[in-house]
Amino acid sequence: MKIGVLSLQGGVIEHINHLKKLDIEAIEVKKIDDLKNIDGIILPGGESTTIGKLLKDTNIFLPLKALIQSGLPTWGTCAGMILLAKEIENDERRHLQVMDIKVKRNAFGSQIDSFKRIDIIPEVSNKPIELVFIRAPYIREVGNNVHIIHKVEDKVVAAKQNNILVTSFHPELTDDLSFHRYFINMIK
Amino acid sequence: MERYELNKDLAKMLKGGVIMDVTCAKEAEIAEKAGACAVMALERVPADIRKQGGVARMSDPKLIKEIKSAVSIPVMAKVRIGHFVEAQILEALNIDFIDESEVLTPADEKYHINKWNFKVPFVCGARNLGEALRRIGEGASMIRTKGEAGTGNVVEAVRHLRQMNEEIKMVQSASEESLMTISKELNAPYELVRYVWKNGRLPVVNFAAGGIATPADAALMMQLGAEGVFVGSGIFKSQNPEKRAKAIVMATTYYNEPKILSEISEDLGDAMFGIEIKNLDSNFAERGW
Repeated sequence: MKIGVLSLQGGVIEHINHLKKLDIEAIEVKKIDDLKNIDGIILPGGESTTIGKLLKDTNIFLPLKALIQSGLPTWGTCAGMILLAKEIENDERRHLQVMDIKVKRNAFGSQIDSFKRIDIIPEVSNKPIELVFIRAPYIREVGNNVHIIHKVEDKVVAAKQNNILVTSFHPELTDDLSFHRYFINMIK
Repeated sequence: MERYELNKDLAKMLKGGVIMDVTCAKEAEIAEKAGACAVMALERVPADIRKQGGVARMSDPKLIKEIKSAVSIPVMAKVRIGHFVEAQILEALNIDFIDESEVLTPADEKYHINKWNFKVPFVCGARNLGEALRRIGEGASMIRTKGEAGTGNVVEAVRHLRQMNEEIKMVQSASEESLMTISKELNAPYELVRYVWKNGRLPVVNFAAGGIATPADAALMMQLGAEGVFVGSGIFKSQNPEKRAKAIVMATTYYNEPKILSEISEDLGDAMFGIEIKNLDSNFAERGW
């Protein structure tokens, strides 16, 4: 199994290191050719405006969108969630628009409002998982086909729609591998 | 410590990106549109500070607020070295990152800010490993090479990054029993020297800054191991800021692809006017210790 991590800007190496710990081959996706022969792709955290712009400037946009629409297992963390969302409440920009969710950017506030918490998410692991929110978005509305995985104070922060997984938080910034394992199981 | 972890994590999310100096809301919008991963709000870019002289201070909070409301990306702002009240003011404005910067006129010649007193993250300049580790010891969540701001001359940024890389390699290959001696020689906290010895890198993200003016400069710093770049005067002091900003963003992502670099370097108009380091009246990099 080979998983690509979109490597235009943001926290790329953290995802790659986590995948390697699980004995998964992980590559950086920077160009169209890198999309060949991957079994799944992670859109990492970073700045969605930056990554979204580079996606369009580099012609990865359309082939990536087509791959996701044809079923490539895809996981967006934080900025990655924004890139995948059909609607963004507080931004005119739209990106891949492949998941039936409406998200709010920087929804918890500026950096001073970034936070950590520890929750049990039964679907992912029976052990408590550390959740790291950095200027994080959350999901305001979900379509009928979207399965909600986790909420924090009524706010949807993890969800899945068919082959697409999104999290507001950053499992790659913790020592816990459960979410990466969960994503790998989506590919198997 | 949890706050510090979150602050180091924000810096990680900036990696592979370009942080651009902007002096008004309009420039901030141009920067965001060009793909900047954050902006640095300030009243005068370093090139103008150099030219006009006088005491350079923290920006007017009104300007910072305007820039904050104009963009959705993180907004940083500078405070003078040691000026903890300017930092308190920026924290009260909910700024995303404070740059304790040698570009502004230092407020304290002896002490840098005790950054542990703050919830918001700090980035600090450094010329070498010891300086970087001292700033981290004081609570910095991110480091940037100082370079020589406002010159459009990348030579000092290269010198500082190479210096840091060489010292990191030296520490990494040292024996365990020599770490305290290294800590003494570098004037750096022992625990942080130990971290570098174990991990072969700084415990925080390290960007390049000070003199980057072209896409090739940005790519050079990335190839030398910077995790992202700050571009100050280089963008809005050039002939075509919008185009140059986009090209530098692209070059920071595709720093290892000469073919792409050659395409994006084409027809950018004049870069900012550069200055030879030996002709400078004052070296900003020598401010702070």
